Amino acid sequence: MEMQKLYLLVPLAPLLGAVIAGLFCRIIPRWVAHSVAIAGVAIAFVASYVIFKDVMAGNTYNGPVYQWLTSGDYRFEVGFLIDQLTVTMMLVVTFVSLMVHIYTIGYMQDDPGYNRFFSYISLFTFSMLMLVMSNNFMQLFFGWEAVGLVSYLLIGFWYTRPTAIFANLKAFLVNRVGDFGFILGIGLVLAYFGTLDYAAVFAKAPAVAAHTTIALFGEGKGVELMTAICILLFIGAMGKSAQVPLHVWLPDSMEGPTPISALIHAATMVTAGIFMVARMSPLFELSDTALSFVIVIGSITALFMGFLGIIQNDIKRVVAYSTLSQLGYMTVALGASAYSVAIFHLMTHAFFKALLFLAAGSVIIGMHHDQDIRNMGGLRKYMPITWITSLIGSLALIGTPFFAGFYSKDSIIEAVALSHIPGAGFAYFAVMAGVFVTAFYSFRMYFLVFHGEERFGKHVDHGHHAAHAKAAHPSESGDHAEHVEDEPDADHHGLAPGQKPHETPWVVTLPLILLAIPSVIIGYIAIEPMLFGDYFASAIYVNSEAHPVMEELAHHFHGALAMATHAVTTAVFWLAFLGVALSWFLYMKRPDIPAAIKARSGFLYTLLDNKYYFDKFNDVFFAGGARLLGRGLWKGGDAGLIDGIIVNGSVHLVGWFATLARLFQTGHIYHYAFTMIIGVFVLMTLWVTRA
Amino acid sequence: MSGTPLLSLAIWVPILAGFVVLATGSDRNAPLARMLSLIGAVAGLLVTIPLYTGFDMHTPAMQFVELKTWIPRFNVNYHLGVDGISMLFVILNSFITVTVVLAGWQVIDHKVAQYNAGFLIMSGLLNGIFSSLDGLLFYVFFEASLIPLYLIIGVWGGPRRVYAAFKFFLFTLFGSLLFLLALLYLFIASGGSFSILDWHQLPIGMTAQTWLFLAFLVAFAVKVPMWPVHTWLPDAHVEAPTGGSIVLAAIALKLGAYGFLRFSLPIAPDASHALAGLVLGLSLIAIIYIGFVALAQEDMKKLVAYSSIAHMGFVTLGFFLFSALGVEGALVQMISHGFVSGAMFFAIGVMYDRAHSRQIADYGGVVNTMPKFAAFFMLFAMANAGLPATSGFVGEFMVILAAVDHNFWVAFAAASTMIVGAAYTLWMYKRVVFGAVANHHVAELTDINAREFLIFVLFAAGALGMGLYPQPFTEVMHSSVNELLRHVALSKIQ
Repeated sequence: MEMQKLYLLVPLAPLLGAVIAGLFCRIIPRWVAHSVAIAGVAIAFVASYVIFKDVMAGNTYNGPVYQWLTSGDYRFEVGFLIDQLTVTMMLVVTFVSLMVHIYTIGYMQDDPGYNRFFSYISLFTFSMLMLVMSNNFMQLFFGWEAVGLVSYLLIGFWYTRPTAIFANLKAFLVNRVGDFGFILGIGLVLAYFGTLDYAAVFAKAPAVAAHTTIALFGEGKGVELMTAICILLFIGAMGKSAQVPLHVWLPDSMEGPTPISALIHAATMVTAGIFMVARMSPLFELSDTALSFVIVIGSITALFMGFLGIIQNDIKRVVAYSTLSQLGYMTVALGASAYSVAIFHLMTHAFFKALLFLAAGSVIIGMHHDQDIRNMGGLRKYMPITWITSLIGSLALIGTPFFAGFYSKDSIIEAVALSHIPGAGFAYFAVMAGVFVTAFYSFRMYFLVFHGEERFGKHVDHGHHAAHAKAAHPSESGDHAEHVEDEPDADHHGLAPGQKPHETPWVVTLPLILLAIPSVIIGYIAIEPMLFGDYFASAIYVNSEAHPVMEELAHHFHGALAMATHAVTTAVFWLAFLGVALSWFLYMKRPDIPAAIKARSGFLYTLLDNKYYFDKFNDVFFAGGARLLGRGLWKGGDAGLIDGIIVNGSVHLVGWFATLARLFQTGHIYHYAFTMIIGVFVLMTLWVTRA
Repeated sequence: MSGTPLLSLAIWVPILAGFVVLATGSDRNAPLARMLSLIGAVAGLLVTIPLYTGFDMHTPAMQFVELKTWIPRFNVNYHLGVDGISMLFVILNSFITVTVVLAGWQVIDHKVAQYNAGFLIMSGLLNGIFSSLDGLLFYVFFEASLIPLYLIIGVWGGPRRVYAAFKFFLFTLFGSLLFLLALLYLFIASGGSFSILDWHQLPIGMTAQTWLFLAFLVAFAVKVPMWPVHTWLPDAHVEAPTGGSIVLAAIALKLGAYGFLRFSLPIAPDASHALAGLVLGLSLIAIIYIGFVALAQEDMKKLVAYSSIAHMGFVTLGFFLFSALGVEGALVQMISHGFVSGAMFFAIGVMYDRAHSRQIADYGGVVNTMPKFAAFFMLFAMANAGLPATSGFVGEFMVILAAVDHNFWVAFAAASTMIVGAAYTLWMYKRVVFGAVANHHVAELTDINAREFLIFVLFAAGALGMGLYPQPFTEVMHSSVNELLRHVALSKIQ
């Protein structure tokens, strides 16, 4: 009983903070807003830690909170499933959220929407917790959509910016495409299992899967039920976790304030899809087709989104593309049935990516809201804490031995190498190549920002306007995308000539330091229990006969220390090293070469610069096509056919008939008399000739 | 409490209040007329509350029944009663009447008494429709309720109000005539009974069932409205005053849907099954076709009107899946749509009162001058797009899930609303509310006052309450819906 109240406290404390900060945002002073919000999240974090200890002691929980709806034979409940997977997510979410809350005090201090911002991020924390703590698909979907809503609100936080409100609409709609698949998957679960409760569905799954195919494409062309369910659910994950081709919203989501880029669009929300698939491991294990689909999508994302990171000049966009690529890595791990490895990478990534984003935000503050890395350089002198923590984050990201990212990323690569699922060969190539690409773009950014020539305070204008003109979408007719440049926006200036960047206040640097610690050590500590121990117990299910990846991986593992020292002899290490060395050579030693390459590789550069033309295609085909279709149906169908021909046509027909009839109603007696005589004559003739 | 004729009170309290308000006469007494109207509307709502609190959810039978002879010669009775299907609509209607009176408080400044009286009388007549158990009584209320709405659009409407009012009247009258024929047929076939409950038990051959079903279909399809007889609705909404739009969307559209459950399904079950494909097809067209049409709208009211048609597509879709989840989902969708579309029309009215335009292009950046309004509008836009935790989600979720059970591709088509519905609603929201201040009209907007705030809070309580905890709404439906489905599963052909 005691613990159940604590479970409830975890999501409700941030919700209360959000409600207070939100409803009274115009009345209460700033310190009240951030105090209640931070208190709510801090309570949730502490409670999560207590629950973590309890779960580690073996006390898992699965039970309802209240009955949401009953209908027919179906029951829908709001309830919690508290197991090892859940508490891992709860700790990650509340910890990163707490760091971001503290950081926000510094980052948003001049913003008029300060209280509103705190309300949103607390609401996000609540939604995300509801998502991970759910024990059924209905509540999962609630959390799923709720985090999408808050993401929408936060991307469009600066609602006067045309680029921001374009990006948030795009994010919501692209996510809805994923949710479209997701809800159909949930529908199939309900139709064939009669319940949306995880435990009941997982228990029945092997039996149902064994003999159920559904005739989706006509009789005789059955699809395995599990394949259909898993692919549909994964389509939802593709939206939320930004996998190709539903990745297009994530880079644009950088329009939102940096703290939420760290919290929502890097550390937590975008990993909801990864979490969901891991949670559904008892279902995904039943369909090799679905796992193949997952691994192929993941590897495409991991590699091709990494390439795009190379040519970005906006500091946040570089990190955004690296997030996309890392999400691809996690997805690849899922496809290889290495769910625990995916969650492990999710956790390490949450720390070092939140760190990188918050550090990028710190740089942005230092640069007075100039985000173009071409205008930076040599910042390490002026922002030492940001510099060191960024270096730690980058080293973790590229998989330097002993850092957190090393253990998780290396495990993914080894798992893929051991997997025999169709598509694993391509995936192995993609994740290996991705190592080099990641190292290259990460250190390209690192060198351009923190080392080399000090380029700030010179040509500010060229910088952020170029970045923004590109972000603004030219095809959105009727909006004011072109006005972005002459908008007097306080957030858009850079350093004046002669001005120097400055280190940020402690509320900003403290979270950086607190996030840097796990970015270094968490991998070393957690790899053994999480991947090879009994940490996840029954929370994650792997069919070790069909997919023996984790067992084989365990054979190769001889402790965290040995793994790191052994790394120097692996290709992965040298690929990463090569990436760093090349970026140093190109951007520190010979900065003339990148420009020359850019000039020579015309087509390739254009392709990357246009992000493989996904956005253009979606704009023209889907957005434009839908508007055209709508207009066509409206003008042609409703106004033309139904109203024009049928409705008004019948009115005209009645009118025409009435005009005709009016000819016979002249009002002259002799007309009527004449007609009568004719009539009598005709009738008599008929009567006479009848015989 | 059991002896109190609650349903008669629900019908006649607002009607009587309407006549009292009329008696205040000219606009010199406008403040008095407003106050009396509010008292009448609140009293009308209060008398319906015991319908819920005293409702026995364990029986499918009609409750709060009143039976008095009206025209003995034709066996016509004043026969009232509600079950789990109709009871909530009586309360919803009485609730909407309160919001409508409040919504017109400052805006309507000529013929105030007549305007408010029209709504009060209509409220009583609509309650009569939902509680009639006698076919002819139903028909009388059904037709009589057209008159106040016709007048409200025709007198207090926009520039093309006469065209719109005529179109509305002719469309619905056309359907009603077929309905009357069907009623007369049933009167004769049943050996002289107008009792709807008797008709439910009447054995009818397949041919006759088919004709009856088609007659009902035309009558109710116009009201819902279903594609392709929907084109009167956008015109009516555009010309109607805000209050008229609220009642039209929140209640009047529900009459057709209610008719399907009270007449089509139980009286012609075999034909309903045989022709279910037709209704499902029309419903899916409503959801998809109308969704795209909504995307192209330039007038906010038209956009929400089209979105109403798409949402009502879910209602007819849910009914003809013949499962408890589908039918209850459709009923939930109907109630939810009452809150959400009512609030959407009110929100547009709030902007129209200030800037005198409904064109999306005339706005932009409203959030800068009306932040409180923008927050409420966001809530209802999200509810319109079916976001979980709002009532808009519950019905769509239930119907989509029921549809998957029926046929995956039907569900696939229906679920497309997840994308299209979000696209037209949020794209409109973006163009109207977000952005920098677009022009001096927007710059001069003032945020909502206490009265408007109160109305939004009332709607928000409905939309959020039902989204977070729909069980109190659905548990009263179970017995009646299960009984209906059991009944519809039995053949009437002998």
